Amino acid sequence: MTRDLLLPDLTAHARRIAHTRAPACPCASTGTLAHRPDATVVRHADTVAKAHPPDTSPAQLALRLAAAARRPDVFLTPLGPAPAALHGRLVTFWPYGTPVDPDDPDAAPWEAAARLLALLHRAPVAPEGLPAMRGPAKAAHAVTRLRALADAPPAAAPVLRAWAGLPAWARAEAPLPGTGVLCHGDLHLGQLVRLPDGAWRLIDVDDLGVGVPAWDLARPAAWYACGLLPAEEWARFLGAYRAAGGPAVPADGDPWPVLDVPARALTVQTAARMVTKAVGEGRRPDEVEQAVIDACARMSAVPPPEGPEPGK
Amino acid sequence: MQCPKCRAPMHTYNRNGVQIEQCSGCRGIFLDYGELESLTRLESQWSQPAPPAPPAAPQAYPAAPQPPAWGAPHGGHHHGHRRHKSFGHMLFSS
Repeated sequence: MTRDLLLPDLTAHARRIAHTRAPACPCASTGTLAHRPDATVVRHADTVAKAHPPDTSPAQLALRLAAAARRPDVFLTPLGPAPAALHGRLVTFWPYGTPVDPDDPDAAPWEAAARLLALLHRAPVAPEGLPAMRGPAKAAHAVTRLRALADAPPAAAPVLRAWAGLPAWARAEAPLPGTGVLCHGDLHLGQLVRLPDGAWRLIDVDDLGVGVPAWDLARPAAWYACGLLPAEEWARFLGAYRAAGGPAVPADGDPWPVLDVPARALTVQTAARMVTKAVGEGRRPDEVEQAVIDACARMSAVPPPEGPEPGK
Repeated sequence: MQCPKCRAPMHTYNRNGVQIEQCSGCRGIFLDYGELESLTRLESQWSQPAPPAPPAAPQAYPAAPQPPAWGAPHGGHHHGHRRHKSFGHMLFSS
């Protein structure tokens, strides 16, 4: 009900903060970066304002914001220590950073992303009170939405079967295993921005928390496993993570014993969103979507490894 | 034509393009020049389950780890996906 007011008021807030930061603001490069049910993001010159998902806990967001603020070498540093409230939504303010060009996947900064994750995962102790990373919860949410479709298409069956084969922790039905490593929780190429000096930083603290660090590597791993990401780019990402001393996978040898379950979960999450989207648009899955659904279908024939849980 | 062994008449049959003479008395089979080779070739085509898999393509990066057991076979064909709208969307969304 307040979504109509949210966008103009968030825009006004961004403008006000921008003008506080730079009184001679040129008011250039302003506009809406995202306006979805779960997030609205606007930009005014060098300032960005984000309205977080409607169900966000104020206490948890404050903890996540503080955790990001303590790692300016990894995360974009928020403007201000606490979220503001606007039309029932929590709002945070950030300096603008240049995103990866979505039209140029070849420009993806795989090495920089891997180094930032290794730095994050190497933090000796996660900040006290920080909640669990929300990776499995997001996957479960995508599957819930797929299940809620009135007319489930044939493509839904292999996706739900693969989901049922995952261990409970990966479905957000049991606590995360492991010793509690600080994780981003939702890494993809939209979560990287470049500072004016050229350095890359991670953005989006909504899923940040304590958990299984392999989850942060598992999306590129899943894209590779689905046959969509070339082996060279996966090797660049994994190699840079290992070179930076990232602890999620063994320093050498086969990384799949720890990546397998998170990569399956993220493949299922991606497939669930793709099938839901295709149904919403009244069409069949396209070639790329089918590759992800096919990977889900193959999972049922190969149970996940029984070995030690990641992080243990 | 008579059977060279028992002199009974021989009958001609055509099997998969190969002409065979069989004796109506002793059931002996007479093959013309090259017909045994033709039958052997036909037999090997029939019993062979599938052509052998081509050797694996050499990896551009020797250090590249293998995909998991449920992964797609990687052969370089996926590069066609990179201009696909869904591929770009997937890389940039949750």
